[in-house]
Amino acid sequence: MSLTPDDVPRLPRGVRMRFDSVRSAHVLLAPERTFDLDQNAVAVLTLVDGTRSIRAIADELARTYEADRGVIEPDVIAMLNGLREKRVLDAGPPQEAPAPRA
Amino acid sequence: MNAVTPALPAPIGLLAELTHRCPLRCPYCSNPLELDRRSAELDTATWERVLAEAAALGVLHVHLSGGEPTARQDIVAITAACARLGLYSNLITSGVGGALAKLDALSDAGLDHVQLSIQAAEASNAERIGGLRNAQPQKFAFAERVTALGLPLTLNAVIHRGNIGEVPAIIDLAVQLGAKRLEVAHTQYYGWAYVNRAALMPAKPEVDRSIRVVEEARERLKGRLVIDLVVPDYYAKYPKACAGGWGRRLMNVSPTGKVLPCHAAETIPGLEFWHVQDHSLAEIWARSPAFSAYRGTGWMKEPCRSCDRRETDWGGCRCQALALAGDAAATDPACSLSPLHARVQALAVAESALETAPDYRYRTIGGAPAAIPEGVAP
Repeated sequence: MSLTPDDVPRLPRGVRMRFDSVRSAHVLLAPERTFDLDQNAVAVLTLVDGTRSIRAIADELARTYEADRGVIEPDVIAMLNGLREKRVLDAGPPQEAPAPRA
Repeated sequence: MNAVTPALPAPIGLLAELTHRCPLRCPYCSNPLELDRRSAELDTATWERVLAEAAALGVLHVHLSGGEPTARQDIVAITAACARLGLYSNLITSGVGGALAKLDALSDAGLDHVQLSIQAAEASNAERIGGLRNAQPQKFAFAERVTALGLPLTLNAVIHRGNIGEVPAIIDLAVQLGAKRLEVAHTQYYGWAYVNRAALMPAKPEVDRSIRVVEEARERLKGRLVIDLVVPDYYAKYPKACAGGWGRRLMNVSPTGKVLPCHAAETIPGLEFWHVQDHSLAEIWARSPAFSAYRGTGWMKEPCRSCDRRETDWGGCRCQALALAGDAAATDPACSLSPLHARVQALAVAESALETAPDYRYRTIGGAPAAIPEGVAP
């Protein structure tokens, strides 16, 4: 059950990205675990807000980094699939009233 | 940063043992045998200061634990302090007593995650193990409210002879209760579990079966339930890096403010622990004798000292080395490279083969047993 470009990813309650000023790095905080994030992951997760679809995220990344979106989209899907398998990312159709966590 | 000494990485986790009071009396409790009384517990303002020091030091996760942390009147204020400081708060609870009544306020205060213990899937067995009647329905009601509030739920089940046959049912229960994670944690034999070892030790074939069940369920429930498995030491090939390595990742503050590298560290005689009343967490992390004692690899003896895994296992558990080998600087006898490993395995086999398991010595404040089992040192 892979994610598709139309899915809208969101971070569920209990999962949040934070800048860790002691280590000068972004981390994803989740139940009983911390994920170190590379620059690409930070770029993707910054756009995960519960309203953008994966297609829209890939479009925006392609624009920002002047990169081939045909390469970017599968990478975004692969990364988000990994987080979803670990139960730290939810996805579904767009919500009426998105409530992303700050 | 000082160029002469390598920079000391900051801790990522703080285990805040807010109280030793608990309505349950589990015979494998990881708390020390000598439990702290309520009158000696830190006050709210001190905990708030400790949390602020932890955040400044680089701690990311705070585990609000005990005993039963909701037994504290100020648990909501402590949780709110975590949220204000950006600390990820994890409530480690039994879900009984006053836990449910405080849950909504904890959620409103910004609680991030709940870890709920269960003793078994079957109610009468669970309540026999936990030593409290009518606990199971309270736990189920608590779990239901956690998920209704949208909080992520982890179930934690400590596995031993008395419930190892229920591992499949425990996995089903986790799904049914809406948990995202399940910890199938084979008993670690420290504290009360060490005293009750002969009553708790499961047989090797049952351990192997439980591991196969977990591996099969992980595959089947992929994307629905994450299952973490803590394998049993005495039957293992390599030891666990206790707390991710001594003084590397975790700090543990006891109910009275003593700062420990792991929750069992007080069993090691001669270690000097510092208190939050006397020193900041940063000072304690960097300079307290207890944290320095077994940090890194310099203290190691053979076979650890020249072992390829020395920075993977970090020598295993110091408390277990002391309990079993009589020397806290020895290789953890759970390791197959320890000269005592065969004796440890033989001990596990002998205890698990007892036709009738001994009665539990239930955990009670002021009820420390007079004698503890001997180790395996010659």
